[in-house]
Amino acid sequence: MTVAEAIRQRPKLAVFKFASCDGCQLSLLDLEESLLALADVVEIAYFREATSAASEGPFDLTLIDGSITTARDRDRILEIRRRSRRLVALGACATAGGIQALRNFRDVRELTRIVYAKPEYIDTLATSTAIADHVPVDFELRGCPPNRHQLLEVVSAFVNRRTPAVAAHSVCLECKLRGNVCVMVTGTPCLGPVTHAGCGALCPTYHRGCYGCFGPAEAPNTASLAGAFERAGKTREDLLRVFRGFTGNAPAFREESRKHEGGQGV
Amino acid sequence: MSSDGPTGAVRTIKVDDLARVEGEGSLTIKLEGDRATEVRLGIFEPPRFFEALLRGRSYLEAPDITSRICGICPAAYLMSACHAMEDALGIQVEGALRHLRRLLYFGEWIESHVLHAFLLHAPDFLGFPDALTMAKDPRYGDWVRKSLRMKRAGNAVMECLGGREIHPINVRVGGFYRTPRRGELDALVPELRWGRAAAEDAAVWVATLPCPTLERDYEFLSLRHPDEYPLLGGRLVSSAGIDIDVRDYDSHFVEEHVAHSNALWSRVIGRGAALSGPLARFNLNFDRLPPAVQELARRIGVTPPIRNPFRALSVRLLEVVLAFEECLAIIERYAPPPAPFVDAQPRAGVGYGGTEAPRGFLYHRYEIDDAGTIVDARIIPPTSRNQLAMEEDFYPLAPQLAALSDQEATRRAEMAVRNHDPCISCATHFLKLRIERT
Repeated sequence: MTVAEAIRQRPKLAVFKFASCDGCQLSLLDLEESLLALADVVEIAYFREATSAASEGPFDLTLIDGSITTARDRDRILEIRRRSRRLVALGACATAGGIQALRNFRDVRELTRIVYAKPEYIDTLATSTAIADHVPVDFELRGCPPNRHQLLEVVSAFVNRRTPAVAAHSVCLECKLRGNVCVMVTGTPCLGPVTHAGCGALCPTYHRGCYGCFGPAEAPNTASLAGAFERAGKTREDLLRVFRGFTGNAPAFREESRKHEGGQGV
Repeated sequence: MSSDGPTGAVRTIKVDDLARVEGEGSLTIKLEGDRATEVRLGIFEPPRFFEALLRGRSYLEAPDITSRICGICPAAYLMSACHAMEDALGIQVEGALRHLRRLLYFGEWIESHVLHAFLLHAPDFLGFPDALTMAKDPRYGDWVRKSLRMKRAGNAVMECLGGREIHPINVRVGGFYRTPRRGELDALVPELRWGRAAAEDAAVWVATLPCPTLERDYEFLSLRHPDEYPLLGGRLVSSAGIDIDVRDYDSHFVEEHVAHSNALWSRVIGRGAALSGPLARFNLNFDRLPPAVQELARRIGVTPPIRNPFRALSVRLLEVVLAFEECLAIIERYAPPPAPFVDAQPRAGVGYGGTEAPRGFLYHRYEIDDAGTIVDARIIPPTSRNQLAMEEDFYPLAPQLAALSDQEATRRAEMAVRNHDPCISCATHFLKLRIERT
């Protein structure tokens, strides 16, 4: 194969944005020097935030940032899936609906009236949902935002046609590996025991409780953790808020938070 | 991007999906001869209802939740939310804790400004589709690599103080969860020193790039602090005479909802657009820049008033030099504070907070009850304010666009939008580009 042929055969990478803060796409730009290296091994075929060049596909690897919140986006993700050989959902919005999925527990018409003077101009769905709720997803990379080293690992793995090495254990284990003192000892509620690893136990390392931005770990015992929070004197409202956060629409957290409804507020 | 092409005096040029901006939006420009008859900045970024979702949440959650409005300027949201909540609680964060906040925030200015200047905007000035292509050009590749290293230096500041650069986890109402040890900050110094020098070289280089002409009579709006370049605190002032406490914001500005946009449009009551961001800060606060940055600005011929929005690129780089210099100064005089945060019990009240995000003045207002539960929230991001000024740029720009081919006109129009580094994720509570020539 000549060099020119090898370049032509670089896998095509696409990045599409749905409802989100843009942070997951920014994680790619935050790869910095590695981004230039990545651009040598893949062809960045569609990435509106980074380039004016735009290919129609098909794409070898598509990264999705954001959740589905409009009828237009619900159609767009089907069409993008058809043009994508492999599709990876990136971050809390794409894997769980994101913080905007708090709407799923409320009446979206009321929310629209609170924010917009002319609700009739706003076209939105009643829910914010994960990409996997709409199309088959080949891999979900968690986090709000994802860890950029894990992001590079996932892209490398798909380019090299191997399985990404991303652990599915809990933040609690990462925290133990770092040798942190458990924040629960001081009465701080921490979702570390039930939250998916990946951040390196950042929050406890900074002396605060994990707020679950990587979503539920495998087989999370949320009921047991909720009991521990209650014994530490947390109110029903505290429990509702702690499970209903950035990944509050992930099934395990959603079901747990439902048990604590009925207080005031959310 | 599409075009109806020149059809006699009537032309329509469209770009449906603007690239190299943060978020999703479109721009439509109708040209009759060399006159723009209609300019429409459409924001189709889906609405996320933050202000409504905050109702019922704890006052302590506002910084982390609102930081998710924008992954490019999360520290700005963290800071404005903290300021507003602290105003409601009647506490002030001063001394080393305030210096640490400025350090984190200047880290974000470096990261955000360098990202915009080199990865999103500079390719326009040089005719590249993106920075990755620019990186492969032997004339400019080194600038892309240097910019990525500068950006990393800004991110390293955020990572040290915030735990991570996107959605930092270490900021709370009253201060921080954990304050850094001296040694952790000292480790940042060598790259900050390198970055200070590299940013100065970049400012000198960027000032030599060919730049389209345009003179605009903006009303500039920014914070003004008694002795610092505006970032945290101070009065809100404008070039047309506004000089108010941030608490009086709502009596001077109004938000409107227009049919073609999911963003709310903010204007000065009784007048129109006010522009905030680098041009406004620079023009209103040149005297607050450190002497070395003032001297550099004069040396490269960038002195106030700058009324050509295409020169925002140069101003942004001067602000990067400033940010590196301030980071170094803060670290040099850092003495760890006695406690990581100022503690306060919730009380019913209304709090107002406004700080200078990289793109301009970011305003938060919260009403909380006596348990600290949020009853009402209002957030006005800089892009909500700047988009009106952005639209108005296209009326005086129209003769230039009319004289260009469709492809070149579209490129120039997109470049003009990028002058203001619009953050569409923020404004949607924004860009496709269409130029219609009729």
